[in-house]
Amino acid sequence: MATTVIGTREIRPIRFWESTNGQKAIMAVTGIVLLLFVFFHMLGNLQFFEGREQINFYGAALRRFPEALWAARVILLVSVVLHIWSSVKLAVRKNGARPTGYTARKNINSSYASRTMYWSGPILLAFIIYHLLHLTAGAIQPGGAFVEGDVYGNLVKGFSVWYVSLWYIISMILLGLHIRHGAWSLFQSLGMNHPRHTPLLKKLAMLFAVVVVLGYVAIPVSILAGVRP
Amino acid sequence: MRVTLKIWRQASRGGSGKFVSYPVDNVNPDMSMLECLDVLNEQLIERGEEPVAFEHDCREGICGSCGFMINGVAHGPLPATTVCQLTMRHFKDGETLTLEPWRARAFPLIKDLVVDRRSFDRIIASGGYISTSTGGACDGNDILVPKETADRAMDAAACIGCGACVAACPNASAALFTGAKITHLGVLPQGKPEQDRRAIAMVAQMNAEGFGGCTNIGECTGVCPKEIPLEVIAAMNRDYLRGSWRARDNVVTPIRPFTEWSTGSKLKNDPTGG
Repeated sequence: MATTVIGTREIRPIRFWESTNGQKAIMAVTGIVLLLFVFFHMLGNLQFFEGREQINFYGAALRRFPEALWAARVILLVSVVLHIWSSVKLAVRKNGARPTGYTARKNINSSYASRTMYWSGPILLAFIIYHLLHLTAGAIQPGGAFVEGDVYGNLVKGFSVWYVSLWYIISMILLGLHIRHGAWSLFQSLGMNHPRHTPLLKKLAMLFAVVVVLGYVAIPVSILAGVRP
Repeated sequence: MRVTLKIWRQASRGGSGKFVSYPVDNVNPDMSMLECLDVLNEQLIERGEEPVAFEHDCREGICGSCGFMINGVAHGPLPATTVCQLTMRHFKDGETLTLEPWRARAFPLIKDLVVDRRSFDRIIASGGYISTSTGGACDGNDILVPKETADRAMDAAACIGCGACVAACPNASAALFTGAKITHLGVLPQGKPEQDRRAIAMVAQMNAEGFGGCTNIGECTGVCPKEIPLEVIAAMNRDYLRGSWRARDNVVTPIRPFTEWSTGSKLKNDPTGG
Protein backbone atom coordinates (compact mmCIF):
# COMPACT_ATOMS: atom_id res chain seq x y z
CA MET A 1 0.00 0.00 0.00
CA ALA A 2 1.29 3.42 -0.85
CA THR A 3 1.68 5.34 2.35
CA THR A 4 2.48 8.92 3.04
CA VAL A 5 2.94 10.05 6.58
CA ILE A 6 0.83 13.08 7.40
CA GLY A 7 0.22 15.42 10.28
CA THR A 8 2.38 14.21 13.12
CA ARG A 9 1.07 16.25 15.97
CA GLU A 10 3.78 16.35 18.54
CA ILE A 11 2.07 18.99 20.65
CA ARG A 12 -0.19 16.96 22.87
CA PRO A 13 -2.86 19.54 23.73
CA ILE A 14 -3.26 20.47 20.05
CA ARG A 15 -3.57 16.85 19.02
CA PHE A 16 -6.16 16.30 21.74
CA TRP A 17 -7.99 19.49 20.82
CA GLU A 18 -8.20 18.51 17.15
CA SER A 19 -9.36 14.93 17.68
CA THR A 20 -13.03 13.95 17.62
CA ASN A 21 -12.65 12.19 20.97
CA GLY A 22 -10.97 15.22 22.52
CA GLN A 23 -13.76 17.46 21.27
CA LYS A 24 -16.35 15.16 22.79
CA ALA A 25 -14.49 15.20 26.10
CA ILE A 26 -14.49 19.01 26.05
CA MET A 27 -18.20 18.89 25.21
CA ALA A 28 -18.81 16.57 28.16
CA VAL A 29 -16.84 18.57 30.75
CA THR A 30 -18.38 21.90 29.73
CA GLY A 31 -21.74 20.11 29.66
CA ILE A 32 -21.33 19.20 33.31
CA VAL A 33 -20.71 22.86 34.18
CA LEU A 34 -23.80 23.90 32.22
CA LEU A 35 -25.95 21.15 33.79
CA LEU A 36 -24.96 22.34 37.27
CA PHE A 37 -25.85 25.89 36.27
CA VAL A 38 -29.21 24.80 34.85
CA PHE A 39 -30.07 22.96 38.05
CA PHE A 40 -29.10 25.69 40.50
CA HIS A 41 -30.63 28.42 38.33
CA MET A 42 -33.87 26.45 38.47
CA LEU A 43 -33.69 26.20 42.27
CA GLY A 44 -33.09 29.96 42.41
CA ASN A 45 -36.03 30.66 40.11
CA LEU A 46 -38.42 28.56 42.14
CA GLN A 47 -38.13 31.15 44.94
CA PHE A 48 -40.62 33.05 42.80
CA PHE A 49 -43.27 30.94 44.46
CA GLU A 50 -42.24 32.20 47.87
CA GLY A 51 -43.29 35.67 46.92
CA ARG A 52 -41.98 39.04 45.83
CA GLU A 53 -39.67 39.66 48.80
CA GLN A 54 -37.90 36.32 48.61
CA ILE A 55 -37.11 36.36 44.87
CA ASN A 56 -36.06 40.02 44.96
CA PHE A 57 -33.87 39.29 47.98
CA TYR A 58 -32.31 36.37 46.08
CA GLY A 59 -31.65 38.60 43.07
CA ALA A 60 -29.96 41.19 45.28
CA ALA A 61 -27.97 38.50 47.11
CA LEU A 62 -26.47 37.27 43.85
CA ARG A 63 -25.20 40.79 43.19
CA ARG A 64 -23.76 41.36 46.66
CA PHE A 65 -20.34 40.04 45.62
CA PRO A 66 -19.74 41.27 42.06
CA GLU A 67 -16.36 39.48 41.88
CA ALA A 68 -17.97 36.12 42.60
CA LEU A 69 -20.80 36.85 40.20
CA TRP A 70 -18.41 37.74 37.41
CA ALA A 71 -16.20 34.76 38.14
CA ALA A 72 -19.22 32.50 37.75
CA ARG A 73 -20.23 34.34 34.58
CA VAL A 74 -16.77 33.95 33.08
CA ILE A 75 -16.71 30.22 33.85
CA LEU A 76 -20.14 29.85 32.26
CA LEU A 77 -19.19 31.91 29.24
CA VAL A 78 -16.00 29.92 28.67
CA SER A 79 -17.98 26.70 29.03
CA VAL A 80 -20.62 27.84 26.56
CA VAL A 81 -17.98 28.95 24.06
CA LEU A 82 -16.06 25.66 24.29
CA HIS A 83 -19.30 23.67 24.14
CA ILE A 84 -20.32 25.47 20.96
CA TRP A 85 -16.82 25.35 19.52
CA SER A 86 -16.61 21.57 19.83
CA SER A 87 -20.09 21.07 18.43
CA VAL A 88 -19.24 23.27 15.44
CA LYS A 89 -16.06 21.27 14.80
CA LEU A 90 -18.02 18.01 14.96
CA ALA A 91 -20.81 19.39 12.79
CA VAL A 92 -18.33 20.48 10.10
CA ARG A 93 -16.84 17.00 10.19
CA LYS A 94 -20.29 15.42 9.97
CA ASN A 95 -21.20 17.53 6.95
CA GLY A 96 -18.07 16.43 5.13
CA ALA A 97 -18.32 12.78 6.08
CA ARG A 98 -21.20 11.80 3.82
CA PRO A 99 -21.10 13.75 0.54
CA THR A 100 -23.81 11.59 -1.09
CA GLY A 101 -26.78 11.07 1.16
CA TYR A 102 -29.12 8.10 1.32
CA THR A 103 -32.35 7.99 -0.63
CA ALA A 104 -33.92 6.09 2.23
CA ARG A 105 -32.55 5.79 5.72
CA LYS A 106 -34.44 4.58 8.76
CA ASN A 107 -33.51 5.13 12.38
CA ILE A 108 -33.92 1.96 14.37
CA ASN A 109 -31.95 2.40 17.55
CA SER A 110 -31.73 6.03 18.61
CA SER A 111 -33.67 8.63 20.52
CA TYR A 112 -35.25 11.68 18.94
CA ALA A 113 -33.28 13.80 21.39
CA SER A 114 -29.92 12.40 20.34
CA ARG A 115 -30.56 13.01 16.65
CA THR A 116 -31.70 16.60 17.17
CA MET A 117 -28.83 17.88 19.33
CA TYR A 118 -27.62 20.01 16.41
CA TRP A 119 -31.07 21.65 16.30
CA SER A 120 -31.88 22.01 19.98
CA GLY A 121 -28.42 23.50 20.65
CA PRO A 122 -28.53 26.54 18.33
CA ILE A 123 -32.16 27.28 19.23
CA LEU A 124 -31.18 27.24 22.91
CA LEU A 125 -28.34 29.65 22.14
CA ALA A 126 -30.82 32.03 20.53
CA PHE A 127 -33.04 31.65 23.57
CA ILE A 128 -30.22 32.34 26.02
CA ILE A 129 -29.28 35.55 24.20
CA TYR A 130 -32.90 36.65 24.24
CA HIS A 131 -33.29 35.62 27.86
CA LEU A 132 -30.23 37.64 28.97
CA LEU A 133 -31.41 40.69 27.06
CA HIS A 134 -34.86 40.32 28.58
CA LEU A 135 -34.31 39.50 32.26
CA THR A 136 -30.67 40.34 32.97
CA ALA A 137 -29.88 43.43 30.88
CA GLY A 138 -33.45 44.66 30.50
CA ALA A 139 -32.72 45.64 26.91
CA ILE A 140 -35.90 44.00 25.66
CA GLN A 141 -38.96 45.02 27.62
CA PRO A 142 -42.05 43.09 26.60
CA GLY A 143 -45.09 43.77 28.72
CA GLY A 144 -43.79 46.84 30.52
CA ALA A 145 -40.73 48.77 31.66
CA PHE A 146 -37.83 46.78 33.17
CA VAL A 147 -37.17 47.72 36.78
CA GLU A 148 -33.66 46.99 38.00
CA GLY A 149 -33.84 44.87 41.16
CA ASP A 150 -37.54 44.05 40.94
CA VAL A 151 -37.13 40.47 39.75
CA TYR A 152 -40.69 39.56 40.63
CA GLY A 153 -42.23 42.45 38.75
CA ASN A 154 -40.05 41.90 35.69
CA LEU A 155 -41.01 38.22 35.58
CA VAL A 156 -44.71 38.93 35.86
CA LYS A 157 -44.56 41.71 33.24
CA GLY A 158 -42.55 39.61 30.77
CA PHE A 159 -44.41 36.35 31.10
CA SER A 160 -47.82 37.98 30.98
CA VAL A 161 -47.12 38.41 27.26
CA TRP A 162 -48.28 35.10 25.84
CA TYR A 163 -45.66 34.80 23.09
CA VAL A 164 -42.80 35.47 25.54
CA SER A 165 -44.07 32.62 27.69
CA LEU A 166 -44.60 30.36 24.68
CA TRP A 167 -41.05 30.98 23.43
CA TYR A 168 -39.80 30.28 26.94
CA ILE A 169 -41.78 27.07 27.28
CA ILE A 170 -40.71 25.77 23.86
CA SER A 171 -37.09 26.56 24.66
CA MET A 172 -37.31 24.76 27.99
CA ILE A 173 -38.74 21.66 26.29
CA LEU A 174 -35.79 21.76 23.88
CA LEU A 175 -33.49 22.14 26.87
CA GLY A 176 -35.13 19.04 28.31
CA LEU A 177 -34.46 17.11 25.10
CA HIS A 178 -30.87 18.35 25.05
CA ILE A 179 -30.37 17.20 28.66
CA ARG A 180 -32.14 13.90 28.10
CA HIS A 181 -29.34 12.94 25.68
CA GLY A 182 -26.48 15.03 27.02
CA ALA A 183 -26.71 14.07 30.67
CA TRP A 184 -25.99 10.38 30.03
CA SER A 185 -23.96 10.84 26.85
CA LEU A 186 -21.32 12.87 28.72
CA PHE A 187 -20.40 9.76 30.72
CA GLN A 188 -19.95 7.81 27.49
CA SER A 189 -17.74 10.59 26.08
CA LEU A 190 -15.58 10.50 29.20
CA GLY A 191 -15.17 6.74 28.87
CA MET A 192 -17.72 5.51 31.38
CA ASN A 193 -20.12 2.89 30.15
CA HIS A 194 -21.17 -0.20 31.98
CA PRO A 195 -23.98 -2.60 31.11
CA ARG A 196 -25.36 -2.22 34.61
CA HIS A 197 -24.89 1.52 35.17
CA THR A 198 -25.59 3.03 31.77
CA PRO A 199 -29.31 2.08 31.62
CA LEU A 200 -29.64 3.66 35.07
CA LEU A 201 -27.82 6.79 33.88
CA LYS A 202 -30.22 7.06 30.94
CA LYS A 203 -33.18 6.90 33.34
CA LEU A 204 -31.59 9.52 35.61
CA ALA A 205 -30.94 11.77 32.61
CA MET A 206 -34.62 11.47 31.70
CA LEU A 207 -35.67 12.23 35.27
CA PHE A 208 -33.30 15.22 35.42
CA ALA A 209 -34.67 16.54 32.13
CA VAL A 210 -38.30 16.21 33.29
CA VAL A 211 -37.55 17.92 36.63
CA VAL A 212 -35.73 20.77 34.90
CA VAL A 213 -38.48 21.33 32.33
CA LEU A 214 -41.24 21.26 34.97
CA GLY A 215 -39.24 23.49 37.33
CA TYR A 216 -38.66 26.17 34.71
CA VAL A 217 -42.01 26.00 32.95
CA ALA A 218 -43.94 26.28 36.23
CA ILE A 219 -43.21 30.03 36.45
CA PRO A 220 -44.59 31.28 33.09
CA VAL A 221 -47.49 28.82 33.33
CA SER A 222 -48.52 30.07 36.75
CA ILE A 223 -48.14 33.72 35.67
CA LEU A 224 -50.26 33.11 32.58
CA ALA A 225 -52.83 31.24 34.66
CA GLY A 226 -52.98 34.17 37.07
CA VAL A 227 -51.82 32.11 40.05
CA ARG A 228 -49.31 34.41 41.73
CA PRO A 229 -47.85 34.21 45.19
CA MET B 1 -42.64 -14.99 -4.20
CA ARG B 2 -41.71 -12.02 -6.29
CA VAL B 3 -39.93 -8.85 -5.29
CA THR B 4 -38.83 -5.69 -7.04
CA LEU B 5 -35.23 -4.75 -6.40
CA LYS B 6 -34.51 -1.06 -6.74
CA ILE B 7 -30.73 -1.07 -6.95
CA TRP B 8 -28.16 1.71 -7.08
CA ARG B 9 -26.27 1.27 -10.37
CA GLN B 10 -23.02 3.13 -10.85
CA ALA B 11 -20.48 1.97 -13.41
CA SER B 12 -17.38 3.44 -11.86
CA ARG B 13 -15.98 5.54 -9.09
CA GLY B 14 -16.08 8.92 -10.75
CA GLY B 15 -19.33 8.38 -12.64
CA SER B 16 -22.81 9.26 -11.61
CA GLY B 17 -25.24 6.63 -10.45
CA LYS B 18 -28.98 6.08 -10.45
CA PHE B 19 -31.55 3.64 -9.15
CA VAL B 20 -32.78 0.94 -11.53
CA SER B 21 -35.75 -1.27 -10.67
CA TYR B 22 -35.57 -4.97 -11.46
CA PRO B 23 -38.57 -7.24 -10.92
CA VAL B 24 -37.43 -10.70 -9.81
CA ASP B 25 -39.99 -13.51 -10.13
CA ASN B 26 -39.79 -16.97 -8.61
CA VAL B 27 -37.84 -15.92 -5.56
CA ASN B 28 -37.51 -18.86 -3.22
CA PRO B 29 -38.34 -17.62 0.32
CA ASP B 30 -35.43 -19.69 1.67
CA MET B 31 -32.90 -17.88 -0.51
CA SER B 32 -30.59 -15.37 1.07
CA MET B 33 -30.58 -11.78 -0.13
CA LEU B 34 -27.32 -12.43 -1.96
CA GLU B 35 -28.73 -15.54 -3.67
CA CYS B 36 -31.63 -13.40 -4.81
CA LEU B 37 -29.07 -11.04 -6.36
CA ASP B 38 -27.35 -14.08 -7.95
CA VAL B 39 -30.65 -15.03 -9.60
CA LEU B 40 -31.10 -11.48 -10.83
CA ASN B 41 -27.53 -11.39 -12.15
CA GLU B 42 -28.03 -14.62 -14.13
CA GLN B 43 -31.05 -13.04 -15.76
CA LEU B 44 -29.10 -9.87 -16.48
CA ILE B 45 -26.23 -11.85 -18.01
CA GLU B 46 -28.69 -13.81 -20.18
CA ARG B 47 -30.13 -10.53 -21.39
CA GLY B 48 -26.62 -9.26 -22.11
CA GLU B 49 -26.74 -6.58 -19.41
CA GLU B 50 -24.11 -5.75 -16.85
CA PRO B 51 -24.65 -7.80 -13.66
CA VAL B 52 -25.00 -6.00 -10.33
CA ALA B 53 -21.66 -5.83 -8.52
CA PHE B 54 -21.79 -6.70 -4.83
CA GLU B 55 -19.15 -7.91 -2.42
CA HIS B 56 -19.36 -11.35 -0.82
CA ASP B 57 -17.14 -14.13 0.37
CA CYS B 58 -18.04 -16.66 3.07
CA ARG B 59 -21.83 -16.25 2.89
CA GLU B 60 -22.11 -17.48 6.45
CA GLY B 61 -22.03 -14.12 8.21
CA ILE B 62 -18.48 -14.13 9.52
CA CYS B 63 -16.20 -12.61 6.87
CA GLY B 64 -17.53 -9.07 6.76
CA SER B 65 -17.41 -8.75 2.98
CA CYS B 66 -21.07 -8.26 2.22
CA GLY B 67 -23.35 -5.48 3.22
CA PHE B 68 -25.58 -2.78 1.78
CA MET B 69 -28.61 -0.81 2.85
CA ILE B 70 -31.99 -2.47 2.40
CA ASN B 71 -34.87 0.01 2.66
CA GLY B 72 -32.68 2.38 4.64
CA VAL B 73 -31.34 -0.10 7.19
CA ALA B 74 -27.81 -1.48 6.99
CA HIS B 75 -27.91 -5.27 6.43
CA GLY B 76 -31.71 -5.13 6.27
CA PRO B 77 -34.46 -5.38 8.85
CA LEU B 78 -33.31 -8.45 10.80
CA PRO B 79 -31.10 -7.67 13.80
CA ALA B 80 -27.67 -9.31 14.16
CA THR B 81 -27.71 -10.55 10.57
CA THR B 82 -25.57 -9.84 7.54
CA VAL B 83 -27.22 -9.66 4.11
CA CYS B 84 -25.82 -13.08 3.20
CA GLN B 85 -27.69 -14.60 6.13
CA LEU B 86 -30.87 -12.61 5.57
CA THR B 87 -33.43 -14.89 3.95
CA MET B 88 -36.09 -13.60 1.62
CA ARG B 89 -38.94 -14.94 3.78
CA HIS B 90 -38.49 -11.89 5.98
CA PHE B 91 -39.89 -9.76 3.17
CA LYS B 92 -43.44 -9.57 1.92
CA ASP B 93 -44.47 -10.97 -1.44
CA GLY B 94 -44.48 -8.18 -4.00
CA GLU B 95 -42.39 -5.85 -1.83
CA THR B 96 -40.04 -3.31 -3.35
CA LEU B 97 -36.58 -3.38 -1.76
CA THR B 98 -34.26 -0.40 -2.14
CA LEU B 99 -30.64 -1.56 -2.19
CA GLU B 100 -28.09 1.20 -1.69
CA PRO B 101 -24.36 1.03 -1.03
CA TRP B 102 -22.76 2.28 2.21
CA ARG B 103 -22.44 6.04 1.89
CA ALA B 104 -19.46 7.74 3.49
CA ARG B 105 -16.59 9.85 2.26
CA ALA B 106 -14.18 7.35 3.80
CA PHE B 107 -15.90 4.55 1.85
CA PRO B 108 -15.56 5.70 -1.77
CA LEU B 109 -17.83 3.79 -4.11
CA ILE B 110 -16.16 1.39 -6.54
CA LYS B 111 -19.10 0.01 -8.46
CA ASP B 112 -22.83 -0.52 -7.84
CA LEU B 113 -23.03 -1.83 -4.26
CA VAL B 114 -19.27 -2.21 -3.69
CA VAL B 115 -17.36 0.36 -1.66
CA ASP B 116 -13.68 0.68 -0.83
CA ARG B 117 -13.29 0.01 2.90
CA ARG B 118 -9.52 0.12 3.11
CA SER B 119 -9.82 3.05 5.49
CA PHE B 120 -10.63 0.31 8.04
CA ASP B 121 -7.43 -1.53 7.12
CA ARG B 122 -5.38 1.61 7.68
CA ILE B 123 -6.99 2.12 11.10
CA ILE B 124 -6.06 -1.45 12.06
CA ALA B 125 -2.54 -1.05 10.67
CA SER B 126 -2.00 2.07 12.77
CA GLY B 127 -2.36 0.24 16.09
CA GLY B 128 -4.42 -2.93 16.00
CA TYR B 129 -1.65 -5.28 17.01
CA ILE B 130 0.25 -6.51 20.06
CA SER B 131 3.96 -6.95 20.61
CA THR B 132 5.13 -10.46 21.07
CA SER B 133 8.47 -11.97 21.95
CA THR B 134 9.93 -14.37 19.47
CA GLY B 135 11.66 -17.55 20.57
CA GLY B 136 10.32 -20.63 22.19
CA ALA B 137 6.59 -20.88 22.55
CA CYS B 138 5.44 -19.97 26.02
CA ASP B 139 3.41 -22.40 28.07
CA GLY B 140 -0.32 -22.48 27.72
CA ASN B 141 -2.09 -20.48 30.44
CA ASP B 142 1.18 -18.68 31.12
CA ILE B 143 -0.75 -15.43 31.32
CA LEU B 144 -3.93 -15.87 33.31
CA VAL B 145 -6.93 -14.07 31.84
CA PRO B 146 -10.11 -13.86 33.92
CA LYS B 147 -13.10 -15.38 32.18
CA GLU B 148 -15.04 -12.12 32.36
CA THR B 149 -12.19 -10.23 30.67
CA ALA B 150 -11.86 -12.89 28.01
CA ASP B 151 -15.59 -12.62 27.33
CA ARG B 152 -15.41 -8.84 26.97
CA ALA B 153 -12.47 -9.11 24.62
CA MET B 154 -14.24 -11.80 22.61
CA ASP B 155 -17.43 -9.75 22.34
CA ALA B 156 -15.43 -6.85 20.90
CA ALA B 157 -13.35 -9.14 18.70
CA ALA B 158 -16.53 -10.41 17.06
CA CYS B 159 -16.40 -7.29 14.87
CA ILE B 160 -16.10 -8.41 11.23
CA GLY B 161 -15.36 -4.93 9.88
CA CYS B 162 -18.32 -4.90 7.50
CA GLY B 163 -18.82 -1.13 7.80
CA ALA B 164 -22.51 -1.18 8.72
CA CYS B 165 -21.79 1.02 11.77
CA VAL B 166 -20.39 3.76 9.54
CA ALA B 167 -23.23 3.33 7.06
CA ALA B 168 -25.93 3.62 9.73
CA CYS B 169 -24.33 6.46 11.71
CA PRO B 170 -25.92 9.86 11.03
CA ASN B 171 -22.39 11.27 11.45
CA ALA B 172 -20.73 8.54 9.32
CA SER B 173 -18.45 7.86 12.27
CA ALA B 174 -16.23 4.81 12.58
CA ALA B 175 -16.23 4.95 16.38
CA LEU B 176 -17.87 1.54 16.91
CA PHE B 177 -15.39 -0.19 14.61
CA THR B 178 -12.34 1.56 16.06
CA GLY B 179 -13.69 1.11 19.58
CA ALA B 180 -14.15 -2.63 19.02
CA LYS B 181 -10.60 -3.00 17.72
CA ILE B 182 -9.13 -0.96 20.59
CA THR B 183 -11.19 -2.81 23.20
CA HIS B 184 -10.55 -6.37 22.13
CA LEU B 185 -6.81 -5.88 22.50
CA GLY B 186 -6.83 -3.29 25.28
CA VAL B 187 -8.69 -5.32 27.89
CA LEU B 188 -6.35 -8.32 27.61
CA PRO B 189 -2.99 -8.49 29.40
CA GLN B 190 -1.31 -9.20 26.07
CA GLY B 191 -2.56 -5.86 24.73
CA LYS B 192 -1.71 -3.74 27.75
CA PRO B 193 1.83 -2.65 26.72
CA GLU B 194 0.51 -0.69 23.73
CA GLN B 195 -2.80 0.37 25.29
CA ASP B 196 -2.07 4.12 25.35
CA ARG B 197 -0.28 4.27 22.04
CA ARG B 198 -2.89 2.11 20.34
CA ALA B 199 -5.81 4.37 21.23
CA ILE B 200 -3.97 7.54 20.22
CA ALA B 201 -2.70 6.12 16.92
CA MET B 202 -5.95 4.47 15.89
CA VAL B 203 -8.01 7.55 16.73
CA ALA B 204 -5.55 9.73 14.78
CA GLN B 205 -5.87 7.49 11.73
CA MET B 206 -9.67 7.35 12.10
CA ASN B 207 -9.76 11.14 12.12
CA ALA B 208 -7.38 11.37 9.15
CA GLU B 209 -9.71 9.18 7.10
CA GLY B 210 -12.52 11.72 7.14
CA PHE B 211 -15.06 9.79 9.19
CA GLY B 212 -17.45 11.87 11.26
CA GLY B 213 -17.23 12.19 15.03
CA CYS B 214 -19.25 10.00 17.37
CA THR B 215 -22.11 11.79 19.14
CA ASN B 216 -23.38 8.72 21.03
CA ILE B 217 -26.54 8.33 18.98
CA GLY B 218 -26.48 4.54 18.96
CA GLU B 219 -27.62 3.63 15.43
CA CYS B 220 -24.35 1.72 14.88
CA THR B 221 -24.95 -0.88 17.54
CA GLY B 222 -28.53 -1.35 16.33
CA VAL B 223 -27.43 -2.49 12.86
CA CYS B 224 -24.23 -4.27 13.88
CA PRO B 225 -24.46 -7.90 12.73
CA LYS B 226 -22.27 -8.87 15.68
CA GLU B 227 -24.15 -6.66 18.17
CA ILE B 228 -21.01 -4.86 19.34
CA PRO B 229 -22.14 -2.75 22.31
CA LEU B 230 -21.69 1.03 22.64
CA GLU B 231 -19.50 0.20 25.61
CA VAL B 232 -16.54 -0.26 23.24
CA ILE B 233 -16.79 3.40 22.22
CA ALA B 234 -16.58 4.42 25.87
CA ALA B 235 -13.57 2.11 26.25
CA MET B 236 -11.93 3.84 23.28
CA ASN B 237 -12.66 7.25 24.82
CA ARG B 238 -11.24 6.10 28.14
CA ASP B 239 -8.08 4.72 26.56
CA TYR B 240 -7.73 7.85 24.46
CA LEU B 241 -8.15 10.22 27.40
CA ARG B 242 -5.80 8.27 29.60
CA GLY B 243 -3.31 7.81 26.78
CA SER B 244 -3.36 11.52 25.95
CA TRP B 245 -2.76 12.32 29.58
CA ARG B 246 0.16 10.06 30.33
CA ALA B 247 1.70 8.93 27.06
CA ARG B 248 5.42 9.63 26.74
CA ASP B 249 6.44 8.21 23.37
CA ASN B 250 3.51 9.72 21.60
CA VAL B 251 4.81 9.91 18.05
CA VAL B 252 1.66 9.43 16.05
CA THR B 253 1.98 9.02 12.32
CA PRO B 254 -1.34 8.73 10.55
CA ILE B 255 -0.92 7.90 6.87
CA ARG B 256 -2.61 9.68 4.04
CA PRO B 257 -5.79 7.96 2.89
CA PHE B 258 -4.81 6.72 -0.55
CA THR B 259 -6.12 4.31 -3.13
CA GLU B 260 -3.36 3.32 -5.44
CA TRP B 261 -5.17 1.60 -8.27
CA SER B 262 -6.38 4.75 -9.91
CA THR B 263 -4.18 7.80 -9.97
CA GLY B 264 -5.95 11.00 -9.26
CA SER B 265 -8.22 9.29 -6.78
CA LYS B 266 -6.51 10.79 -3.78
CA LEU B 267 -9.21 11.69 -1.32
CA LYS B 268 -9.58 15.36 -0.57
CA ASN B 269 -10.17 14.81 3.08
CA ASP B 270 -6.81 15.45 4.66
CA PRO B 271 -7.67 17.48 7.76
CA THR B 272 -4.12 18.71 8.08
CA GLY B 273 -4.30 20.36 4.67
CA GLY B 274 -1.01 18.73 3.74
